[in-house]
Amino acid sequence: MSILITPETKIIIQGITGEFGARHARLSLDYGTQVAAGVTPGKGGQVFEHDGKSVPIYNSVKDAVEATGATVSVIFVPPPFAADAILECVDAEVDLAVAITEGIPVRDMVRVKRAMAGSKTRLVGPNCPGLVSPGEGEDSKGGCRIGIAPGYIHKKGHVGVVSRSGTLTYEAVYQLTVKDIGQSTCVGIGGDPVNGTSHLDVIKLFNEDPDTHGIILIGEIGGNAEVEAARWIKENCSKPVAGFIAGATAPPGRRMGHAGAIVGGAEDTAEAKIKVFKECGIEVADTPSDMADALLRAAKAKGVTLS
Amino acid sequence: MNIHEYQAKKLFEEYGIPCPKGAATSSSEEFESCIDSLGEGLVVVKSQIHAGGRGKGTFTDGFKGGVKLAKTKEEAIEYANKMLGNTLVTIQTGEAGRKVQTIYFTEGADIKKEYYLAILLDRATSRPVIVASTEGGMDIETVAEETPERIFKVFIDPAYGLADFQLRELVTKLGLSKLESKNAAKLIRNLYTMFWEKDADMIEINPLITTEAEDVLALDAKVSFDSNALYRHPEIQALRDLNEEDPKEIEASKYDLSYIALDGSIACLVNGAGLAMSTMDIIQHFGGSPANFLDVGGGASKEQVIAAFKIILGDPNVKGIFVNIFGGIMDCDVIANGIVEAVKEVGLELPLVVRLEGNNVVAGRKTLDSSGLTIVTGDSMADAAQKIANLVA
Repeated sequence: MSILITPETKIIIQGITGEFGARHARLSLDYGTQVAAGVTPGKGGQVFEHDGKSVPIYNSVKDAVEATGATVSVIFVPPPFAADAILECVDAEVDLAVAITEGIPVRDMVRVKRAMAGSKTRLVGPNCPGLVSPGEGEDSKGGCRIGIAPGYIHKKGHVGVVSRSGTLTYEAVYQLTVKDIGQSTCVGIGGDPVNGTSHLDVIKLFNEDPDTHGIILIGEIGGNAEVEAARWIKENCSKPVAGFIAGATAPPGRRMGHAGAIVGGAEDTAEAKIKVFKECGIEVADTPSDMADALLRAAKAKGVTLS
Repeated sequence: MNIHEYQAKKLFEEYGIPCPKGAATSSSEEFESCIDSLGEGLVVVKSQIHAGGRGKGTFTDGFKGGVKLAKTKEEAIEYANKMLGNTLVTIQTGEAGRKVQTIYFTEGADIKKEYYLAILLDRATSRPVIVASTEGGMDIETVAEETPERIFKVFIDPAYGLADFQLRELVTKLGLSKLESKNAAKLIRNLYTMFWEKDADMIEINPLITTEAEDVLALDAKVSFDSNALYRHPEIQALRDLNEEDPKEIEASKYDLSYIALDGSIACLVNGAGLAMSTMDIIQHFGGSPANFLDVGGGASKEQVIAAFKIILGDPNVKGIFVNIFGGIMDCDVIANGIVEAVKEVGLELPLVVRLEGNNVVAGRKTLDSSGLTIVTGDSMADAAQKIANLVA
């Protein structure tokens, strides 16, 4: 099993006719993901063709959901229109909206997050690589790939990965796959200060998933989301957890690429977060090259088999 | 994006946020007319740079204080002449300091008591928060640490905005008189409107003051805006001062590169912000020191790699380069060709270590190995980081 998405999950791609959305729609189709529909306002009735597969395009998320029964929508819409695209998912009551878009104004996300309170829809992102639940085929094909992650680096298995950063997630996944350790689901929650799903939300799902045997938690400087997750793990999670925090060398007050990665106070430095990780029984990776090995150490200490 | 105090005060005026009367200029010929436009009495002379700690700063020629109180017009002009064109070093500028290109003159205020007021985003609740304190004019982090009971926070529900009862509670906690409370409530409401309408990232007034006449005034103003929202505020974009930014960072932004200069000797070129940050960390882990943060984004085209090499090599402290690319979707061979062409074009003489991983990596490594250039390749991030640290040491 996996969390949030399975190989059977039907997805909608908002912005499928844009260059970025189209490119990743093709890659998801190649991976074997059930791309049920595309949404581009004004292009309803057209068809997105790729390699013998046809994906119908609708004018709205609601139309796409009604016609296909899709439960997840991924957003490749430019920043000025992305908040509206998320709200459209909420209105259409999809289970999961995944916002890939980078550069959405904070004020828009503050409003969206408030509007989503109490709604049926969960948001992952924005400014995130998306999610992958690997499949059983060659290069993990036949899985569900939502967003922009490279599918082929994955392998179906039992490790859950959660991270704010795209390339660091790939780094962790690749290290695992090379060691023949597969993944249940890999979730990139995004690098913005206001996002939908937190580290803790994903950790809770991994904890409840019987098929996830170990977890890699990757964080960054800025905010206290990693600390919140670590404290919960200490009290509630018996699965082996390895952690890494990026940005130990980042100077205070400078944004390191991600809008959320900024040291504002004593609490959100890499040093402070690593200290809390250690206090909470999380095996800390000394370098980003050490993430898979750190999880192996944590698993060994708990007598858990990862593969 | 940051703006200067005098620009922030102009916005304050538009939003009905009282502050002492002021006038700014970049020309010494206008000092006198600026001062004449103010009322009688004391004049505050303020250096305009994008950094805090100006009052306690020192100029590189030894002149002390980036903010000065003058009793006469002549004294004010003398201070202004010492500041304009001079370089001010404060706790926030780093050793190099910042060149003062604008002087802001304001009327002196008759201070009864100083307070602290700020509006920013609270990440934990994803809501704007107003932070106020009875301890103004001091470093707020120190107040938070030593006397946290003197800091008051108001969280604002974006669905309803700032409620009147919240304002009443806040001004009561600040212990203001009836008239001061009325004035402060109006000021805070207007400030919140500005924060919201202009997509501000943070507004900080330290100090906010009360006067003997029970007026409430913003004596200082530090305002920054959400860069992602600038597209809908051309009037704010127009306030950008390129003199305050690192020329290398400006050049990098033209190529969609996210670059931040640091003071080490190993330059790095990485795709993805998280990987770029941890590349800096791993260099330090193996005893080196990073010269910069550089994220080329998900793509890393040949043009970007060439531009990135040129920017990196513009830093005289750089003694070696570490390229760390995880080519997830991108073809590693395309990236390898970009690196080879970039090296040939810029005529690189420094040690270069490349770690390539991902899609079509075997072909990519072959391209690097057969290029005839002295490019060291690393098997893993750790291996490559160790190699560059050793080469530079």
